[in-house]
Amino acid sequence: MENEAGALSRVAGLFSARGYNIESLSVAPTEDPTLSRMTLVTTGSDEVIEQVTKQLNKLIEVVKVIDLIDGNHIERELMLVKIKAVGADRDEIKRLVDIFRGSIIDVTDRSYTIELTGTSSKLDAFLDNIESSAVLETVRTGASGIGRGDWVLRV
Amino acid sequence: MSVELTGAEITIRCLQEEGVECIFGYPGGAVLFIYDELFKQDKVRHILVRHEQAAVHAADGYSRSSNKIGVALVTSGPGVTNAVTGIATAYMDSIPLVIISGQVPTNAIGLDAFQEVDTVGITRPCVKHNFLVSDINELAVTMKKAFYIASTGRPGPVLVDIPKDVTQQKAVFDYPDKLSMRSYNPVVKGNAKQIKKAADLILSAKRPVVYTGGGVILSDAAKLLTELTKMLNYPCTNTLMGLGGFPATDKQFIGMLGMHGTYEANMAMQYCDVLIAVGARFDDRVIGNPKHFSNENRKIIHIDIDPSSISKRVKVDIPIVGNVPDVLKELIRLLKNVEGGPDQNALREWWNQIDLWRARDCLKYDRASSIIKPQMVVEKLYEVTKGDAFITSDVGQHQMWAAQFYKFDKPRRWINSGGLGTMGFGMPAAMGVQLANPKAKVACVTGEASIQMCIQELSTCKQYKLPLKIVNLNNRYMGMVRQWQEFFHGNRYSESYMDALPDFIKLAESYGHVGMKIEQPEDIESALKEAFKLKDRLVFLDFITDQTENVFPMVPGGKGLSEMILV
Repeated sequence: MENEAGALSRVAGLFSARGYNIESLSVAPTEDPTLSRMTLVTTGSDEVIEQVTKQLNKLIEVVKVIDLIDGNHIERELMLVKIKAVGADRDEIKRLVDIFRGSIIDVTDRSYTIELTGTSSKLDAFLDNIESSAVLETVRTGASGIGRGDWVLRV
Repeated sequence: MSVELTGAEITIRCLQEEGVECIFGYPGGAVLFIYDELFKQDKVRHILVRHEQAAVHAADGYSRSSNKIGVALVTSGPGVTNAVTGIATAYMDSIPLVIISGQVPTNAIGLDAFQEVDTVGITRPCVKHNFLVSDINELAVTMKKAFYIASTGRPGPVLVDIPKDVTQQKAVFDYPDKLSMRSYNPVVKGNAKQIKKAADLILSAKRPVVYTGGGVILSDAAKLLTELTKMLNYPCTNTLMGLGGFPATDKQFIGMLGMHGTYEANMAMQYCDVLIAVGARFDDRVIGNPKHFSNENRKIIHIDIDPSSISKRVKVDIPIVGNVPDVLKELIRLLKNVEGGPDQNALREWWNQIDLWRARDCLKYDRASSIIKPQMVVEKLYEVTKGDAFITSDVGQHQMWAAQFYKFDKPRRWINSGGLGTMGFGMPAAMGVQLANPKAKVACVTGEASIQMCIQELSTCKQYKLPLKIVNLNNRYMGMVRQWQEFFHGNRYSESYMDALPDFIKLAESYGHVGMKIEQPEDIESALKEAFKLKDRLVFLDFITDQTENVFPMVPGGKGLSEMILV
């Protein structure tokens, strides 16, 4: 979409006005600074997704809409999570972070701050392995997606 | 070195470049520089309304009756919030408008300044697009975009919000001839393969119906639509927004369809085997319960410029996204070159069935009544104006009777708020119609509840000597609310009675207009004739009508098209 003030609120407003669901939304400028790329995760029946796509296309500032699910694609989400880490748990958590290929990016004598990247379900799986009372704070970016292979989204 | 103009001058110059002859507005602090420039020129005429809602409705009526872009000019804050009802009305009916609003100076935005509102935020859900112009160098190109977006693709209102300091700053005026926007490229031509498929399906029909909406009117496709329908001898029904798209006096016309559509139109719609939908959107007031509608098997061709209108409420078989006239032209060309035509035996049978439905005479009412029947007023209005007037309406029972009983043979003659259902629309819209068509007969069919929602515009009509005929169907009730309360709420007429009505005659006279009160059925015709003889005067005709009359047929909310309540 055009990298213009208000473009994001048009998308968000469309979803709330028409009762569509936003699971996550991530947006930032692209290599062309006049354009922003947004990855939006939503759910709905085929009919609803068709309407979502059509309605998004109608927004004047939206240049192109693709449904990544239609083709092979890769998606990644970044999570920063602060976890209580004392005593024997410290080693256990460190092992878990290694297994999930995350990294500990900040340490105190009571906590770890962990950076983890992957699909949203991988991040969920990581959290499922931590006792919920130990999770002090989580920050997630929402998914970013891109098509697989040589295929490129051009405007 | 080119001459620099102020933002206010540029704004007016843009209007002139677009060929705008007439705008509707109301001044205020944030637009004073624009008004100053208006004052210094005479190419763009400004009509001063009495409330910003009326400015937008008038611009709307101007546009609907002329196919020009309507323009309204309002100030910041309350100027804009008052205009919102008008903007939403135009948005729901896809009317091309450009609304220019003043805004507080850029350095005051966000500081809760006097008469500040987030105009772009407030209007976002009810415009096709809107802009805040924060850089004087962007002003001219933004105005160009506004006119371009408003009038292309599926039309709609576009708002341009201009902060006061931008109207004072200077820039070189350079109005672009052309625009190209990478993010906005409306489709025009329909897909040729789809059109071919549609042509084949049309010819295979045994029980066809042509169902057309506002898109046929807005795209000026009435002639082509009529040509196609006449060529095929298929029955045609129009939506409330589509009346005039096919001549109502033609024998192939089976009336309006929908909640208050005719028995024959709704039955044909329900039981057809091929439905040709043109510039219509299957909305809830048209097809009733979509599940019930889908109970019958039929193939649907849907021609519309807006892809999001297709398969939104009803799944269609052959979607054709494109500009209606272009698609119709191609369809007509294909059908002309085909040998043989539709199955005439099947078609004859289908017409026989439709005639049986017609014989139900669903619009009958008591013509011998000693109390004025509202339907009769509209019928007489049709006769007296020889079907050649522009009719605007407000919203409610009177609107439905006007739609049912005035036979519109031409497009752009029937002007009402179909989508939003805005009471208060009728009179200001009629002002716009009259200004776009100075010599035409213009009548506003209204009720005593609706008319009071923009009654202040009697003053505007006085100022500009607009000779409207206000046909007030006065039943002392909010008639449609009363009807629903009678049918669905056990006759409990909660707050629907219009107590303490003004003396409309004296009210009209106080503005310098002519008022007439009509209480006997035998006086309807003579009163209307007299009113239209007063060519240069606004006449307020207050018809005292039957309080208990209801609009029939009626498809109750949530019911199917064939489940009408009949008189």
